Amino acid sequence: MLGRRSDLPLKDDATSRFLPWLVALMVYLSAVAVAGTFVLAGLVSRWDHDVAGTLTVQVAPVPGEAGEMLTDDRVRQAVDLLRRTPGVKSARALDKQQLIALLEPWLGNAEVVRDLPLPRLIDVSVDPEARVDMGDLSERLSSTVPGASLDDHRVWLSRLINLSLTTQWVAIGIVVVIGGVTSATVVYATRTGMAVHKGVIEVLHLIGAHDDYIARQFADRAFSLGFSGGLIGLALAVPTLGAIGWAARRVEGGFLPSLSLPISGWVVIALLPLAAALLSMYTARLTVHGTLARMP
Amino acid sequence: MRYGLGPEVLQDISFALPSGSFHFLTGPSGAGKSSLLRLMYLGLRPTRGRVVLFDKDIALTKRYELPALRRRVGVVFQDFRLLDHLSALDNVALPLRTRGVKESEVQKHVPELLGWVGLADQLHAKPSTLSGGQKQRVAIARAVIGRPDLLLADEPTGNVDDHIAMRLLHLFEELNKLGTTIVIATHNEGLVQRFSHHNRLHLEHGTVHTVEETR
Repeated sequence: MLGRRSDLPLKDDATSRFLPWLVALMVYLSAVAVAGTFVLAGLVSRWDHDVAGTLTVQVAPVPGEAGEMLTDDRVRQAVDLLRRTPGVKSARALDKQQLIALLEPWLGNAEVVRDLPLPRLIDVSVDPEARVDMGDLSERLSSTVPGASLDDHRVWLSRLINLSLTTQWVAIGIVVVIGGVTSATVVYATRTGMAVHKGVIEVLHLIGAHDDYIARQFADRAFSLGFSGGLIGLALAVPTLGAIGWAARRVEGGFLPSLSLPISGWVVIALLPLAAALLSMYTARLTVHGTLARMP
Repeated sequence: MRYGLGPEVLQDISFALPSGSFHFLTGPSGAGKSSLLRLMYLGLRPTRGRVVLFDKDIALTKRYELPALRRRVGVVFQDFRLLDHLSALDNVALPLRTRGVKESEVQKHVPELLGWVGLADQLHAKPSTLSGGQKQRVAIARAVIGRPDLLLADEPTGNVDDHIAMRLLHLFEELNKLGTTIVIATHNEGLVQRFSHHNRLHLEHGTVHTVEETR
């Protein structure tokens, strides 16, 4: 396709200079959008998987001198109650050191944090197949253990997933818009090329060339320009994505979840130059056919 | 036939070209010779009237069927219409390549024909480096390489000396003997007289005034 003979002098056209760079920009932006989509999809899936089947029970600290001991008693009661509940696989109370470690990214590890009246947390694991009545469990907990409350993460998780899904659709929309802009540019470039080479096209027509013979030459050129531009865009996008990943990994602690791009994401990004080239090729072909159909 | 809203450049014309005939199309400049040829090589559609080519009414012919008809017509344009970015060889090869002829066949036949028209040493020359006469011979070679059923030539000897003109006319006669119908538009009366055994269509004021059967 790239080495096929062309009777039209398309190599010297102005479009040969600007189209690859425009496609490069489009592929670059698409790569970033595609990467964002895959990372978000990964996050949603991970959150869903990690949180499904887990509960957190919070026990409020009891104030006063004997507060620490009373709080420990309440935590023990809550753990006992949870372990007796059908469907609960495990219930594990986090000790104070673990609580402080969880808060460290936000509050640091200053001594003052150790003196704060921190609520105690119980990490509960539930059999995903079992139907645990969360309302009943929450009621029993709060009536049996003063200051205990149940959080099954569903509210905040569903909001977070909704936000992520919306962002994913926006990213997909951006890729579609980029494809549309690329097509529109190829249409413009092809029509310009046809106007510039009107005389040559007319001669080819008059000696019996089919429309597709002429369209193929524009399509081949558009493929070649689209592919080379796509490779430039890919070459620019890979270091950008690498830099974003590196910067994300440098953020310590739990501020950001892991932002790794799955293999499937890299495969899709690697295919973007080919997709851009094919889009350019078919757009050019259709444009030429449409324009020639209006000729005598 | 008229261009846009302008006056009719061709009117009340009715003639048929028998297969294998040889005609000169004569007439003064502006008589409509080129327009008539354009109608015949399907470069224009008539604004009224009928053009029937190879038993096909052009007005009723589908667009996708036109290339097949055009391949049966060889055209020598008055302004040659060679593609400047292609060599003489590639220009002449165009009709074969658009038909999907094998490259080995192209490389065999095109140099042979260019040699016949005296351009064996100019195979790879670009039109911009060729003289008017050489360009004309390339244009003629391009028109005849596909062995057309109908050859239309618009002033094909306008830029060549008498010797080359005679040689080209003999080439056309050879093609004619092989069955190609020939129409040569010219206002070179001397040439027409020298080949007076052929038919003549005379155009004046946009209409055919005389059809002399001299054969």
